[in-house]
Amino acid sequence: MASIDTGGGDSGHKKGPGVKKAKKLSTRVDMTPMVDLGFLLITFFIFTTTMSSPTTMDLNMPKDTNKDEELNKTKESGALTVLLGKGDQVYYYEGQLLPDASNFKQTTFKGIRDEIISKKKSVISAYRTDADCEAKAREKGRPVSDCAEQDFVVVIKPDKEATYKNTVDILDEMTINRVKRFAMVKILDVEQQLINVTEANAGIK
Amino acid sequence: MPSVKIPRKSTDFDMTPFVDIAFLILSFFMLATKFKPPEPVEITTPNSVSSEPLPENDAVMITIDKNDKVYFSIFSEKDPGVFDQIIKDLNTQKNLNLTNQEMVNFRKTASVGVPFSSLKSLLGVAPDDQKNVNQPGIPVMDSATNELVWWISEAQSAFSGKALRYLIKGDAKSKYPTFEAVVSALKRNDQFKYNLVTAPEDVPANSALDVFNRTQPADAKK
Repeated sequence: MASIDTGGGDSGHKKGPGVKKAKKLSTRVDMTPMVDLGFLLITFFIFTTTMSSPTTMDLNMPKDTNKDEELNKTKESGALTVLLGKGDQVYYYEGQLLPDASNFKQTTFKGIRDEIISKKKSVISAYRTDADCEAKAREKGRPVSDCAEQDFVVVIKPDKEATYKNTVDILDEMTINRVKRFAMVKILDVEQQLINVTEANAGIK
Repeated sequence: MPSVKIPRKSTDFDMTPFVDIAFLILSFFMLATKFKPPEPVEITTPNSVSSEPLPENDAVMITIDKNDKVYFSIFSEKDPGVFDQIIKDLNTQKNLNLTNQEMVNFRKTASVGVPFSSLKSLLGVAPDDQKNVNQPGIPVMDSATNELVWWISEAQSAFSGKALRYLIKGDAKSKYPTFEAVVSALKRNDQFKYNLVTAPEDVPANSALDVFNRTQPADAKK
């Protein structure tokens, strides 16, 4: 059916006597060495290749300033402070740290996302219409809904033992949850002591 | 009893499709491969959801390895004169007494991770053998002797007129204070925009960013 008629056998015209049949050479080639080499090259390229090319994350830092009028103010109700400790532990508190540290809580990188989301929701629900901000947003062509979360700010404070991965992870969390305002701030002594105490109690190394 | 003859079957089989696939995969890997540039240290970067590609030209990279050592490297393939200018300026300002050969070696130096006092001995080694040199890292932790500030300001003046980008490539295990020291060195040169080198990661499903990406047209994301 799908094979090519090679003219062999007794189909077709008959050859006369004395006509010598040309000896047919096989067209098959031993492909084994070629395949060997092919797979050798495949393994070589698999091992040398870097499939995922690195990407970059933008980070903009503010200029250090001591002038009061240049500092960004945050509302206490909209602030969430996230502290990064050793052993991939995350600590957080809302608003101001209470003197008895009762609002100082411990979580992990998995748990902090829910905290950020719920804090963002509560800030948005507590929003009272800010006519100034909404007028400005309309002028600049930005969505008015941005005003609802203008008071929401995450303050990130990695401690001495936090790794670079933790820092990138929490910055990534800001991107994932679309937190527009966040700041990286030096940790306070009080907070560092609280972390140290919590770590000692929980035996985190 | 008639013996049952088992017909002999040939063990040969047609390898052509097999070879076809093998070479298809081979050509894929050959095209997809991009060889790693030589790196003095192995860095495992953390993951992030950002998808911006890494700039490869007109950039300086500050590498932090897992032992918190800091290295400095310059990406300027189009204009090697930048290397000469940086090393010449440093030579005069820091009295390094470099020979011409040592300054030529700087062009091919993948990254510098030594204090100025031992820069001469590093550049005395041929570029190909520099990876065997034990580099202690650029001193950054003490703000009075933060030598990275000098490197950045030299790079700034050498790249003047071009958009220079600052890449920070940190190992996942490096500690935050080193990163902070690197950032403060950049800040002291009035540089506030950086790119952190990361490996790509998927956006978690149903997060705010995921919802945003799905609802917004691609060109409106910026």
